[in-house]
Amino acid sequence: MTGISRPLSACIAGLLLVSVVASGQTRPQRIVSVVPALTETLFAIGAGAEVVGVGTFDAHPPEVATRVRVGGLLDPDMEQIFGLRPDLIVFYGSQQDQIEQVTRASIDTFTYAHGGLADMLDVIRRLGVRTGRAAAADQLAGRIESRLAEVRARLTGRARPRVLMVFGREPGSLRNIYASGGVGFLHDMLQAAGGENAFADVPRESLQLTAEAILVAAPDVIVELTYDERMTPDTQSAEVAVWDRLSSIPAVRNKRVHLLLGNQFVQPGPRMGDATAAIAQALHPDAF
Amino acid sequence: MRDTTATLAAPHPATAGDLRTRVWLVQIGFGALAVVTCLVAPLVGPTSISLSRVFDAAIPFAENVDAQVFFIARLPRAIAGALVGASLAGAGVVLQALLRNPLATPFTLGVSAGASLGAMLVITLGVPLTLLGSAAVPLASFAGALGALAIVYFLATMRRQGLSTLVLLLAGVTLNSLFSAIILFVQYLADPAQTLQSVRWVMGNLDVGGYGPILWGIAPIGVALVAFARLPRALNLLTMGADSAATRGVDVLRTQRLAFLSASLATGAAVAVGGPIGFIGIIVPHLVRLLVGADHRLVLPASIGLGAAFLVVCDVAARTVLSPMELPVGVITAMLGGPFFLWLLVRHR
Repeated sequence: MTGISRPLSACIAGLLLVSVVASGQTRPQRIVSVVPALTETLFAIGAGAEVVGVGTFDAHPPEVATRVRVGGLLDPDMEQIFGLRPDLIVFYGSQQDQIEQVTRASIDTFTYAHGGLADMLDVIRRLGVRTGRAAAADQLAGRIESRLAEVRARLTGRARPRVLMVFGREPGSLRNIYASGGVGFLHDMLQAAGGENAFADVPRESLQLTAEAILVAAPDVIVELTYDERMTPDTQSAEVAVWDRLSSIPAVRNKRVHLLLGNQFVQPGPRMGDATAAIAQALHPDAF
Repeated sequence: MRDTTATLAAPHPATAGDLRTRVWLVQIGFGALAVVTCLVAPLVGPTSISLSRVFDAAIPFAENVDAQVFFIARLPRAIAGALVGASLAGAGVVLQALLRNPLATPFTLGVSAGASLGAMLVITLGVPLTLLGSAAVPLASFAGALGALAIVYFLATMRRQGLSTLVLLLAGVTLNSLFSAIILFVQYLADPAQTLQSVRWVMGNLDVGGYGPILWGIAPIGVALVAFARLPRALNLLTMGADSAATRGVDVLRTQRLAFLSASLATGAAVAVGGPIGFIGIIVPHLVRLLVGADHRLVLPASIGLGAAFLVVCDVAARTVLSPMELPVGVITAMLGGPFFLWLLVRHR
């Protein structure tokens, strides 16, 4: 019995080893990421030292400033990416041409598709496994989950205000207003922050709303998110005041229009627990 | 419907009395069409509002949702649509006659590309939010239009041999390409959120969210329309050629200058208010020619009226079809206008 089982187990162990190597599950040494959310995640799970190239719009953490910029979603600079000799490239799922190109060059890829909060937690864990930092990624996802749980616990039993969640608008006017519909990361954050999305019944991530739709929806609170962290206080109050024209909206009448600055609000990543807490604070100031 | 071709054929001779009656009828008819459309449009929408509530002075405006839907969300859009539609259609007629080219549009001479570049720069550079109490994007857009107008005008007149329509056309088309290239470059440098805003701007949008942009656009559009009123007779003669017009007593240079400047002013202001909304400036004049003939004393007022009514109707669709979402009005004018225009061409060939 033992005579047969020893070679068998050796075989199985060998096969496992081969499969691990073949599927590229070794810890990558040189990573390029064109996805800002995942670049930030890589640093947060301790893989920052291995990151050699980042996307044009990556801003967090500050260390990304010292890495080579390799383009972004629409304009990845493939020559520069190949020049960095990466062994793992983090692409958007829609960058099919680039993924095929690097696959032909036998470079591994990790693809990212935009989704909800739960999807992002899953992405963090998978990225951890893929970069040999499963434990750190699991801890990060766990921290985010407990932050979300803490926010939910604080808000138990509180009424949920109807919220318009705006993430784009022509500056200084009420034109080209983009808001979150009933799916996606912004909608999930809003739900977790104790708000009821005023456009939850539209199954889209992004809606360009008419002024009429906003007047009729009559949200209790307007949360406007902007990635522009350098906006001056004067500009901020001027942007909030733009909403005054729609004075029949309870949010405007009751001075509950909030402008939240920072890319953590529009880009899912390691700070999404804190971002959710900040939204919750704007919606339920007396609970914090 | 008269069986005339959609070209710039010389007007049919008619007795003065006849013509005066027809001009009068066309002005009243198409003017009434525009006014009625503007009055009806705010009553139509995805939500039902009660007119008695809208005009109920007992309810404070700040609490009257119906009144706000009517006066903030719908009426400004109808007025903006009428102004923009009238300007683009009128500018289309004038430029087609000036350039003696039935395919000329308000966007042929680079003015709208200049306006777009102005808007793109403000959107991507994120420069001052408001200037003189008005949102920066329309102002920058109008400034861009004026800049383009000045460049094209300078090029067309620099040889001091009058206003060369050939140079005007070539300079305009070249400037269009050049500005489009700069716009692409500016968009390329912009971050994704700004790119989304600028791409959306190019599709046209009449959700002006108040009367500011309208009040502001009324002056240049009013000046342009007054100038248009002085043009029809001269345009009729100009379509037969500059020399021929000159022998019949037309001050060709003055007419060309007035036509170019007024059409460009109307286009620049219209684009600043509503973005570069396509097809109005070509489809409305041609449709009108099929209805009333080629005499500019009829075509110009009819196009201004029909252009206003057409864009107001398209904008009702823009805010209703996908409600609560906005459907870009430029997409609607193109989707309605393109096939309709082709149908007209095939039917009347």
